[in-house]
Amino acid sequence: MTIALQCDRISKVFYEKDETKATGTPLSYRRLFRRERVPVYAVRETSFTVEKGEIFGILGPNGSGKSTLIRIIATLLYPDEGTVTVFGNDVVKQQLEVRRMINRVSVEAAFFKKLSAIENLNYAARLYGVNTKIARQRSLEILQRLGFKEQKAFVSLENLSRGMQQKVAIARALFTAPVLLLLDEPTTGLDPKSKRDVQDFVKEVQEKHDATIILTTHDMAEAERLCDRVAIIDDGRFVALDTPAGLKRKLQSPQNPAPTMDDVFFALTGKDLADELPDLED
Amino acid sequence: MHKLLYELKATMAFVERHFNLAKRYLGWEIVDLVYILVNGLTIVLIGVGGGPQQMLYLAAGALLWEFLSVLFHEVSESVSWERWEGTIEYTFMAPIRRATHLFGMCFYAVIYGSIRTIFVLGGMALFFKFDLSQANLFGALVVLFCSSISFIGLGFMAAVLPLMSPEKGSQATHIFQAIVLLVSGVYYEVSVLPAWLQPFSVISPATYTLRAARAALLDGASLADIWPDLRILLLIGILLIPLGLKVFSIGERYAMKTGKLKRNG
Repeated sequence: MTIALQCDRISKVFYEKDETKATGTPLSYRRLFRRERVPVYAVRETSFTVEKGEIFGILGPNGSGKSTLIRIIATLLYPDEGTVTVFGNDVVKQQLEVRRMINRVSVEAAFFKKLSAIENLNYAARLYGVNTKIARQRSLEILQRLGFKEQKAFVSLENLSRGMQQKVAIARALFTAPVLLLLDEPTTGLDPKSKRDVQDFVKEVQEKHDATIILTTHDMAEAERLCDRVAIIDDGRFVALDTPAGLKRKLQSPQNPAPTMDDVFFALTGKDLADELPDLED
Repeated sequence: MHKLLYELKATMAFVERHFNLAKRYLGWEIVDLVYILVNGLTIVLIGVGGGPQQMLYLAAGALLWEFLSVLFHEVSESVSWERWEGTIEYTFMAPIRRATHLFGMCFYAVIYGSIRTIFVLGGMALFFKFDLSQANLFGALVVLFCSSISFIGLGFMAAVLPLMSPEKGSQATHIFQAIVLLVSGVYYEVSVLPAWLQPFSVISPATYTLRAARAALLDGASLADIWPDLRILLLIGILLIPLGLKVFSIGERYAMKTGKLKRNG
């Protein structure tokens, strides 16, 4: 068994302005020059390991710490405490080595929107040291596989739908052949057909390329379909970690003999999934 | 050797990306070029009463400032740009050294600034029919090269401001640029500055750039004549580039600790 990702007791705290003290108090030196800040615990002493070739899901309400966790693994954020290693490389001390092994698709497609898909992909190819011709060929293959018409690859991304942009983001992440792929809500805001295309492709990538995938999602059906194991995070802590079937089994009772993943989510976080879905424009 | 080649190739990512963006914003580029040309002509026209030497003095100031400010602006705003476009996280998690990223931006800025400056120079030459027969144009180019090194170092240091303060950092780089314009004698001799401001002109690389370039363009000074200024420019550059990279790396670590390495919105 090869460990792809190991997170050992990681914590992250942010300090945010205390808005409640901004109004109503008299004007003072302290209010003008020394902003009151309050700690916000994004991730608290979280530990887990992911095996090579596994699809590991992280489910949680908005603000529960999913994206913070992904950003720490992606070497964009230092943990305050604990260590994270990707195939044995520390994300803080061996950033370059880790960056060569990973790629990420975030909930918002991060592109130069004035540029076409091909121009954005060329940029990525040069950053990752992939020959631009090979990158173009691989990307077009992936895009075709995702139902993206070739001629659209030459159109400014700002003129493409969010679903199309997200497909380009997936192609960009995959043509570099990462051994650890971080998918941060990759299907949020996609139409059902696009969502299905992306999910099928993620499964295919795992099976054919032996990639390890960390997936955050709000979609319980997606988690159940794709993930080998699922962690449920709430208020910065993992409150459960098991296979989807295992999580549902734990909730089985005479009153609810066949619980769904939605039931699991509600039982563990005390939050209704419908209230937690992000309000994204298509 | 392989790693060095890899990093060198990666610098081209930034050059190509920015020229692609310039193509997409072609309308704006044309508007901007017309503006800087008209602005340059207006500045030179102020010196008509002072004769050709005065006009050439102002033209040199306008052209050099155009080049140096573009160089400084493109480098110092590289973080703000990425943040605004929403690509900051993607670029910062790419498997390249930060110096590669920043030097890539510098290569683009030097090429882009040179194209703009040549365009304005051509426009001015046609409009005023300057006699440059006595000018040492090669010497002026050497000055430009030496001053680019120190301005790149300054740009690295200024680029850290938007990294540390997403809301106010970009404005702060403009203040920095404005102070350099004020104290460096772009359109006047630094001797006219109030006494308390004059020490700032001594530490500004633009002061030496302008003095040496004017000597080469107006008086035809040789490289040996302008060597004292070139030496200072090179020395400032050699000090500022590693210092700028160090400052940027400290700023990046701070941003990664505090969670500021992310897009706007």
